[in-house]
Amino acid sequence: MNGRRGSVRYEKRIDAPADDVWELVGDPARLCEWFPGIVSSAVDGDERVVTTATGLPIPERLLTVDPLLRRFQYRIDAPMFHEHLGTIDVFDLGDGTSLVAYSTDADPATLALLIGGGTAGALDELRTIMESRN
Amino acid sequence: MGRKILFVTTDQQRYDTLGCNGGSLSRTPAVDALARAGIRYERASPQSVVCMPSRSTILTGQHPSTHGVWMNGVPLPHDAPSVAAVLRDAGYRTAIVGKAHFEPFLDVFGRFEENTLAAHGTEPESGAHRGFEHLEFATHGAMGPLHYARWLAAEHPEELAGFYPVLDADFQVSADGGGETGAPQVKVNPIRRADYHTDWVADRTIAWLDSLDAGDDWFCWMSFPDPHHPWDPPEDEMARIDWHDVPLPEGYPTSTAERERILDGKPRHWRLWYDGTLVSNYEAPSKWVPATLTPDQLREVTARNAVECELLDEALGRVLAHIERLGWGDDVDVVFTTDHGELGGDFGLMFKGPYHVDALMRLPLVWRPAPSSGPAPAVVHKPVGLIDLAPTFCAIAGVEVPAWMQGRPLPVDDTDADARGFERVLTEWDSELFGVDVHLRTVTRDGLVCTAYLPGTCHDGSEGELYDLDEDPRQQRNLWDDPAHRAERDDLVADLWDNQPPTRSPRLRLEAPV
Repeated sequence: MNGRRGSVRYEKRIDAPADDVWELVGDPARLCEWFPGIVSSAVDGDERVVTTATGLPIPERLLTVDPLLRRFQYRIDAPMFHEHLGTIDVFDLGDGTSLVAYSTDADPATLALLIGGGTAGALDELRTIMESRN
Repeated sequence: MGRKILFVTTDQQRYDTLGCNGGSLSRTPAVDALARAGIRYERASPQSVVCMPSRSTILTGQHPSTHGVWMNGVPLPHDAPSVAAVLRDAGYRTAIVGKAHFEPFLDVFGRFEENTLAAHGTEPESGAHRGFEHLEFATHGAMGPLHYARWLAAEHPEELAGFYPVLDADFQVSADGGGETGAPQVKVNPIRRADYHTDWVADRTIAWLDSLDAGDDWFCWMSFPDPHHPWDPPEDEMARIDWHDVPLPEGYPTSTAERERILDGKPRHWRLWYDGTLVSNYEAPSKWVPATLTPDQLREVTARNAVECELLDEALGRVLAHIERLGWGDDVDVVFTTDHGELGGDFGLMFKGPYHVDALMRLPLVWRPAPSSGPAPAVVHKPVGLIDLAPTFCAIAGVEVPAWMQGRPLPVDDTDADARGFERVLTEWDSELFGVDVHLRTVTRDGLVCTAYLPGTCHDGSEGELYDLDEDPRQQRNLWDDPAHRAERDDLVADLWDNQPPTRSPRLRLEAPV
C-alpha cells in the first residue's frame, strides 16, 4: 500500500490459446459469464453497468479494449472509489496456452482487496470455462 | 440419552475480565459459578489471535497452518472438517447462534455462502451447513445480510443508526472517536437492551432449545459478538460503571517514556505501530495512532468493555436458567471461552495484531462438565489450546476423536494433564496486506512464551520474544537477546520447530479484508 492506494494482482495459466481466451475476456458484455458474483453486464458505448449478486449496480467506464495487445482496462465510477483501474492482460505463452493477469488498483486500498478477491475467483472460473472446451 | 453441550464463545474477551480469573471490574457470577463447579484453565491459548483463523481452529480442531485459514479474509473451505458434523452424524441436534465468521464479512459480490444463508431462513436447504442444522448469525452492529441485522431492520429499524459504523468511508476499520473522551470505536448507543445482539443471541438460543424434544441430544454453539469492538453497548446499561472511577489497567505503563522503553525491547513492528508508522494488518483502525491514546480514553473503553462483559454473563445466566427449567440441567456440559484476547491498554495499545502476549493469548476457558457425570472441580495450570475443544466435544458425546483433529480432549486436572503430556501450546500468525507481511510462530511451555519471527517486511528472521510468565506476567521484559536465557531460548525454538503442524498446500487465497 502506498498511502491510500492499494494494488492487487492475480494470474492464472490457462490451457487454451490466447486468442480464444481473448474472445471471451475482450467482450465487455460477457463479463457475467465468467465473473462469479456478477449477474449482469450491460454495455452502452464505453459505459458498462455490472450488477452483483448482492444487487449492487456498479457503473464502469471502458478505457482500453485492445485485441492486438489483448489488454482490457476499465474504471469503476462508483462514488466510493476515489480512483480505480482494472486491467486484464492475456499473454500468449507460445505453446497453445495462455497466461491471464487481472490487476486491480484502487483508492481506497481496501476496495482493491475487496474487488481483487472477486477477480481471483473470476480467473478460476475463466480457466474452468476455457479448459472445458478442450 | 447422552450429555448435551452448550458451547459459549465471546469475541475478543480478556482473561482478566472474569471474576473467577481475578477480575474485579465486571461482575460475572454465571461464569464464576461454572468455574466453581467445574474446571478452570489458567493457561488456555488460541492458535491464532484473530477471528477467522481462531474460529476455524475451534470448528476443525486443527491448527491454522493445517486448516489453511492463515489470516482474516481467507475463507474456510466448505469441505473443511467440522466437529459439528461429527456430532450430527452421531445423532446430535446441532445449532450455531451468533457470530460464525468462517468466511469474510465484506462481500460485495455475494460470493460467500455464510452471508447468503440468512436470506433463506434458519434451516439450510442442504440440511446442514458445516454440520449445523440450525443457524442464526449475528456480528458486531446491525449492518449486512445476517439474521440479526435483518431482524432489527424489520422489527426496530429506528435502532439501526444507534450502532457505531464499524467501517469508514474508505472501508477501513473506523478510527472515529466517540463517547465522552473521543476514544476510537466508541459510540453512545440508545438501543434498548432487549434489542442488542447480546440478548438477541440468548433469546434465539432459548428459542432453539425450546424447539427440541426432551430426549434429544444437542450441541449448541452460542457465539456472542461482544466484547469485541466497537464499544457501543446499550447506553442505559452504562450507569453500572462510571468510567471516571475505572482504574487504569495494570498492563498500561502510565509514562510515555516507560511505554516506549518497553516497546523498544520488542521486535520493530511493535513500536512502529505505536508511533503510527506501520500498519501490518486490518484488525485495528489503520488511521488510529496508539501513541495518541489518553488515560481517560482507556478508562472509558475499559468501562464499556466491562459493561459488555456483564451483559454477556447475564445473558448466559438466563440461558442456563432456561436449561434448568427444561429439565436438562444435570445433563448439560457447558464450555465457556473466547476466540482471542484484546490488548486493552497493555503497552499503551488496544485492539489486536501480530503481538503474541497474554493480552491476546491468555484466554478465559471454563468447562463445567454435566453434573450427572460427577465432575471434580479443578484448576488446570498446564497449557491447553482452543484446538483441544473439538476433541473435548467428541469425548463428551462419547464419539471417537477423528484422526484429522490435532488436539486432545481437555485435561480435567493437572494430574490428568501431566499423565497425557499437556506441555506445550502453539500459536501462529501470518499476515500479508498491501506489501507488508509479518510471520510469527510461538510456543508456550514451562512457564515461558517464546516467539520466533520469520523474515518479513520489517523482520529479517533473527528477531524473537521470550518472556518468563511467572517473573514477568505482563511480558514487559523481552529475554530473547539476554545471554543468561540463551539456552532456554534455543531449547524452546527447537521445540517450536520440531512440533510445527502440517501445512495445507496449496495455500488458500486471501479473498477479502475481513
